[in-house]
Amino acid sequence: MMWALLWKDVRLELRTKERVSSLFVLALLIVFVFVFALSPEQAQRPEVGAALLWVALLFAGMLSLQRAFLIEQERGCLFGLLLCPFDPGTLFLAKLVGNVLFLVLVQAVVTPLTLLLLGARFSWSLLALPLVLLLGIVGFSALGTLFAAIAVRTRAREVLLPLMLLPLLVPLLIAAVKVTGALLAGADWSGVWLRVLLAFDVIFVVTGWLIFAQVVRE
Amino acid sequence: MKKFEPFADGVLPWLTGLAMLAALAMVFLYVPTERVQGVVQRVFYFHLPAAWMTFLGFFIVAGASASFLWQGDRFSDLLAQAAAEVGMVFCSLVLITGSIWARPIWGVWWTWDPRLTMVAVLWTIYAAYVLLRVLAGDNELIARYAAVLGIVGVLDIPILYVAVRLWRGIHPKVERMAPEMAWTLLVCTGAFLCLFAWLLWLRLRSLSLRDEVAALRRQALASS
Repeated sequence: MMWALLWKDVRLELRTKERVSSLFVLALLIVFVFVFALSPEQAQRPEVGAALLWVALLFAGMLSLQRAFLIEQERGCLFGLLLCPFDPGTLFLAKLVGNVLFLVLVQAVVTPLTLLLLGARFSWSLLALPLVLLLGIVGFSALGTLFAAIAVRTRAREVLLPLMLLPLLVPLLIAAVKVTGALLAGADWSGVWLRVLLAFDVIFVVTGWLIFAQVVRE
Repeated sequence: MKKFEPFADGVLPWLTGLAMLAALAMVFLYVPTERVQGVVQRVFYFHLPAAWMTFLGFFIVAGASASFLWQGDRFSDLLAQAAAEVGMVFCSLVLITGSIWARPIWGVWWTWDPRLTMVAVLWTIYAAYVLLRVLAGDNELIARYAAVLGIVGVLDIPILYVAVRLWRGIHPKVERMAPEMAWTLLVCTGAFLCLFAWLLWLRLRSLSLRDEVAALRRQALASS
């Protein structure tokens, strides 16, 4: 059932390619804006580069989330979906995996490109970066999917989503930037931040899965 | 709510007033000045109780939110909303009194110490909660959304605590207190608890009065 729901979203995306393409350009633009706002020299420092990568991911991801439930919102599609005999938690997981998929796809291009633009030096420790990105994206998407479903059905949804999401994402952001910065610097990085990311993912994927029924219930 | 009314309207305001006076007297007249930090340390007796009330507010929000999702009763919903608003006031107090203390002691109004960072983030979570209520309007749906935010917000606290802890740290820890200081802190905490309860009550009553007015208006519109 979950795969059917996921496949629906993926197929819609394959036909329009709207979300992935806008997400991609937006993430790159945010990187550009930061480089111009700082200066190329400053942006080359590993900890600044790490911050830049994650801020771009967060803000671009947030705009992509705004659209995650927009299709369902129109013409009562969500209601139709909920009439199907499955647990609403399944819908949450499907949406979550969809969001993760799109973000991973975009980051698979944006991250190497950003590193290239910032002139980051290659080191073997960079091979751990995909894992960190994946953990961060899963945590971000878990809370993001939950609150996107909430925001889409309120007035002022554009403001409300970042308002609710950003404070809750602070631990994720700190942990992700710390690890990424260490990886970019080729320095020793402690596994404790990975554990924070992992704990964040587990807590909020489970919470979202359990509580989602309350969000979509009519 | 009715059965609390005699106590909350008759006793609680007086109790709060007296406790506050006692707390002020103890802070300014009774407790000795701290040897190293000087007079400014006296703000601590309001700072720490306010911080405790902030956390109390959060736990009431989470508890009431869970109870609302479980039972769907209007009272839990109003309680969560009132506790969030009052909690946010105390959270602001923590930040303000903390800044007043930090300026002479640390030489800056603000620093990114774990506890400061944590309270600042908690403040933004409270703010998001209150804004959700304000911006999104008041109905059954929004009540449920706010409850979800209240619960997720509390779940975020432990991991936030770990994250900012690992991030950095200089906040002083209270190691040993003179008995006069402990007593003053106790009285101040009592006073703040009364104030918290009273404000919560006032907010709760005005929210439920708003409900009543809305119900009466609907009735009047229906009958006209």
